[in-house]
Amino acid sequence: MERRECRRHEVATGALGGSASHASVSRRSRDRRPVLAPVVVAVAAIATACGEDSPSVLDPSSGAGRRVEELWWVVFWISAVAVAVVTAFILVAVRRRRPDPGPGEETGPTAARDVDTRPVPWGDRFVVLAGVVVPGGILAGTFVFSLGVLGDLADPPEDPVLDVEVVAHTWWWEVRYPNGAVTANEIRIPAGETVQLALPTADVIHSFWVPELQVKKDHIPGSDNRLWLVADRAGRFRGQCAEFCGLQHAHMEFEVVALPPDEFEEWLDREAEPAVEPQTAEAREGAEIFEASSCAGCHAIRGTSADGTLGPDLTHLADRDTIGAGLVPLTPVNLADFITDPQDAKPGVSMPPTELSPREVDAVVAYLMELE
Amino acid sequence: MPPVTTIEATPTTHDSAFGETGIPGELLPQRYSGPRAFGWWGMAWLIGTEATLFALLLATYFYLRFRSGPTWPPDGIADPELGLPLIMTAILWSSSLPVHVADQGIRAGDVERLKVGLAAGFALGATFLVLTLAVEWPEALDDFGPTTNAYGSLFFTITGFHATHVLVGLLVSLWAQARAWQGAFDESRHISVQNFAMYWHFVDVVWAFVLATVYLSPHL
Amino acid sequence: MATTVAPEAPPRLATTVEQLEESWAEPPGLGSWLGTVDHKRIGLRYFYTGMAFFVAGGIESLLIRMQLAGPDLDVLGPEGFNQLFSMHGITMMFLFAMPVLSGFGNFFVPLMIGARDMAFPRLNAFGYWVLLAAGIFLYSSFLVGRAPNDGWFNYVPLAGEAFTPGINIDFYAVGLIFLGISSTGGAINFIVTILKLRAPGMLLNRIPIFVWGEMAFALQIVFALPALTLASVLLLLDRKFDFHFYDADAGGDPLLWQHLFWIFGHPEVYIVALPGFGIASAIIPTWVRRPIVGYTYIVIGELAVALIGFGVWVHHMFTVGLPNVPVGFISLASFTVAIPSSIQVFAWLATLVAGRPILRTPLLFVLGFIFIFVVGGVTGVMFAAVPFDQAVHDSYFVVAHMHYVLVGAAVFPIFGALYHWGPKMTGRLLDERWGKVSFWLMFVGFNLAFFPQHLLGLFGMPRRIYTYDEGLGWDAYNLASTIGAFVLAVGILVTAVNWFWSRARGAPAGPDPWRGETLEWYASSPPAHYNFVTIPTIRSREPMWDQPELAGGAQAPEDGGRPLTGGHVTLSTSLLDARPQAIVHMPHASVWPFLLSLALLVLAYAVLLDVWALAVAAVLAGVAAVMGWFWPRGQTQET
Repeated sequence: MERRECRRHEVATGALGGSASHASVSRRSRDRRPVLAPVVVAVAAIATACGEDSPSVLDPSSGAGRRVEELWWVVFWISAVAVAVVTAFILVAVRRRRPDPGPGEETGPTAARDVDTRPVPWGDRFVVLAGVVVPGGILAGTFVFSLGVLGDLADPPEDPVLDVEVVAHTWWWEVRYPNGAVTANEIRIPAGETVQLALPTADVIHSFWVPELQVKKDHIPGSDNRLWLVADRAGRFRGQCAEFCGLQHAHMEFEVVALPPDEFEEWLDREAEPAVEPQTAEAREGAEIFEASSCAGCHAIRGTSADGTLGPDLTHLADRDTIGAGLVPLTPVNLADFITDPQDAKPGVSMPPTELSPREVDAVVAYLMELE
Repeated sequence: MPPVTTIEATPTTHDSAFGETGIPGELLPQRYSGPRAFGWWGMAWLIGTEATLFALLLATYFYLRFRSGPTWPPDGIADPELGLPLIMTAILWSSSLPVHVADQGIRAGDVERLKVGLAAGFALGATFLVLTLAVEWPEALDDFGPTTNAYGSLFFTITGFHATHVLVGLLVSLWAQARAWQGAFDESRHISVQNFAMYWHFVDVVWAFVLATVYLSPHL
Repeated sequence: MATTVAPEAPPRLATTVEQLEESWAEPPGLGSWLGTVDHKRIGLRYFYTGMAFFVAGGIESLLIRMQLAGPDLDVLGPEGFNQLFSMHGITMMFLFAMPVLSGFGNFFVPLMIGARDMAFPRLNAFGYWVLLAAGIFLYSSFLVGRAPNDGWFNYVPLAGEAFTPGINIDFYAVGLIFLGISSTGGAINFIVTILKLRAPGMLLNRIPIFVWGEMAFALQIVFALPALTLASVLLLLDRKFDFHFYDADAGGDPLLWQHLFWIFGHPEVYIVALPGFGIASAIIPTWVRRPIVGYTYIVIGELAVALIGFGVWVHHMFTVGLPNVPVGFISLASFTVAIPSSIQVFAWLATLVAGRPILRTPLLFVLGFIFIFVVGGVTGVMFAAVPFDQAVHDSYFVVAHMHYVLVGAAVFPIFGALYHWGPKMTGRLLDERWGKVSFWLMFVGFNLAFFPQHLLGLFGMPRRIYTYDEGLGWDAYNLASTIGAFVLAVGILVTAVNWFWSRARGAPAGPDPWRGETLEWYASSPPAHYNFVTIPTIRSREPMWDQPELAGGAQAPEDGGRPLTGGHVTLSTSLLDARPQAIVHMPHASVWPFLLSLALLVLAYAVLLDVWALAVAAVLAGVAAVMGWFWPRGQTQET
């Protein structure tokens, strides 16, 4: 899987860097100055950089994503040809250059004797043809094609099987399922099935973007935006807030996790259940501390007295891969660090530094790590 | 050769009606008004940009109205009373007449008509402003304020913005009146009067749109 | 004969020059320095001030690129990053591009149309002082560590009091209202100057295209800036007095800000681009030695861009959830706006291949501009395709696109103009070899900095993030981009050194070093206080190529040259056919515009800090300054 995606990237980036602009750059360099050679090397090096897994628009895992990718290649090739044509004109002009006579002392028409003031006989016709008629036709065609794609993206191919509410907060994502399950920063969906997302916001404007699955849509106060998703295959798809939303805009990530449908159903049922009872003594102590301290004022753990709503629901925290909206992997150490000094881990978050002692923090961490 | 013989040959001074360009025999006017004057064009474009500002402000009103629920004004605020605003409209619009008379007067060189027209226009405009600030706003404030909701913000911002324009117009009028009393204007020199008149008519015309938006449209 | 109208013979040239010098020279001293109304001095001030802010914005961008050079770096921290990228955008748009383009306009529009000054010289001076004051105001926010931090488009509710308390956003809103005064006054001045001060014979179809570009620029400012001013005023009312324009919970709407901002913001892109197009159209004919091809089409194209530019604002809002029908219309308009631009590109290309170009630095920058702008143009067309826009909106693809458009259409033409017109501005030639070095560094650095950002956007990197995780495939592109930014900066530095070195030691330029076609080459370098010994009569679109009598810089009265020695006067002509209409007595130097801008600066700080008594005092001082400004002195036309 990894290797296949890698090759796809290579094709995509190779084409990007290698055809239009890049090619024109290299042609310029052959014709003119060796100065451009380093650019060619650099662009080539960049274009072939590969082996890592970007959340790429050009590597879609959904029908909607593939339509957008098709549209991209259409506009890309048109653009590549346009840039190549313009570059060709520039190169023709450069080939026709005359020697630089240097600055002149004399003024007026004696100095202007090298000027050719005859009108260019084909000039106006050329400008109309190349500047209006040809681009007009191409643009009209592209417009119509893009409207087709727009229409395809407007409605899901089939009725949604599941409604999920994704509430954007500064700077994390609350995910609510119809059966009462609530989680954060991980949106689990059944693979191959249509899911409808409601996109409200708890505060400022955010934007929901999973490049491999769908175009983006904004969370806006006072509006009721929706977006549908279908993931072709099971897998994890990275998403991130795309609308600048303040200090930690960079750390407002999430993942869409597509599971095989039966596995998803199983997970969803489990997720709606209350939290498991703490097993170890340390975890039991941690649970008591959690409920007694300010933790419970902001976080909910269903099945306990903790029912805060300002922060993420922690009922099944241990199921998640990361904390802090994609900030760091969920490990006991990271979790303890985050609880101890959230302002150091993610400056600006609403969560205040803890009043707990290090030992108490460890107990709370032990408890939370049990919440599967 | 043009029939101008009263001026000195060299050098041209500002006091003469015509000046030399340096092309033998060519004389051009040095005093002019209307679209020949830069000031006229400057005022025309200033009005253009101001009109855009007003248009956007009123568009904001309708934008928020149509984004809001079915009842407008919202939150139990009553539709605006029309009596006083219509009286104010009559006062403001009637002020354009004396300003026009003043403008026409000075074009004919009649400084007395200028002084009287400007003074009458000023009195009517000032009455409008006083009614807005001292009667209309306090009445509205009984019901809602600018911080009640977006409707209140719109009401007071739009009427306040227009009132500010009236105030500026009154200040310019004072200036023009002072200059008129100094004897600065005659039939060939009166750009200030002309510009003031343009501005004042603009403020009156804009009021039509303010009235239709803020006072009449909620009744529709 | 003493009472006849005019002397029989044309005045001796020497006498004319002496009289003009006496009428137009501004005496040395502080009063004249603060009060100058000479469009050339003011133009240079706009130019140097804008360039200083260019350096500031450039340093900000280098810091931003250092922060993003690799994953998880901590060069600036999130707050510093947010303030710097916000100020970078504000600076480059409002404090660099617009002032420098106004500067070239101020310096060259009167020269190119054969006038002795702008239509409103004091308004001109005022516009400059307000710009300087607004720039100082905005940058003083750094002194208290509270620069605007919500981006140059400053979306609410994030920019509301609830989510960004403190004076950061107040600096933004007050600063932009303040700048709007400067730009609007300047724009009206350009329009009236171009309408009423053209040399006799300069019919509409003989106006140099650069002047048309400044005209389109000014028209857009007059009709677009009110939207920004209104948006900012409403924002201040919401922030300071708890009004509810943008408050969704009380009947307001945060999308109102986006509409108002982009009704201004999209034309703003063209405001920055159109004079750049004009510069290209001014430079190409001189260096190709052929008149521009498709003059009429280019002019229509410029004006059409200015017009259609008002109809596409919603394409910045394709992801806010608007219905598909209006989105489709805006998409169509956005495709359409590409056509007037492509007209201009192909007219330039036609001129280039029809002539035999001389590849000197000014033309190199224009060739670089055409290439870069076309790349930015085609990605712009991609954004007109709604679904693709929705996919890469607010990603680095947008960052790449807008830098290709804005650096392409503003920075490269400005640098070309600097080499082309610099000799006219300073009287000295710039060094050609270092010019070429600068061009190649800038061209290579620019593409290295911004081309990879297209890929970053496609690969999922959102804009305005202060850091990113490793393992996302973004590292190499970001590093390349940072390296490119520094190469670009070195290229800019080379030109800066070249400029100041040449200004002091370069070879004297002479009036017409490039044997150019338009009237700025009719004046000496740098031009005299009065610009021209005689205001010429024009019989061609390329007067310096077609009218031999213009050689020597003083068209004789029998050829139509008017010395106009009767005082501090210039010639006003009719709107369409440029027939001599009136002699205009221009205002003399005055410190009142400076004092008025000072009062406005105090007002800005008073509003910023809620010191309302001071605000009232500043307004009264402003009224007094206006009265001083217009106080009659029996010298000038009553205006």
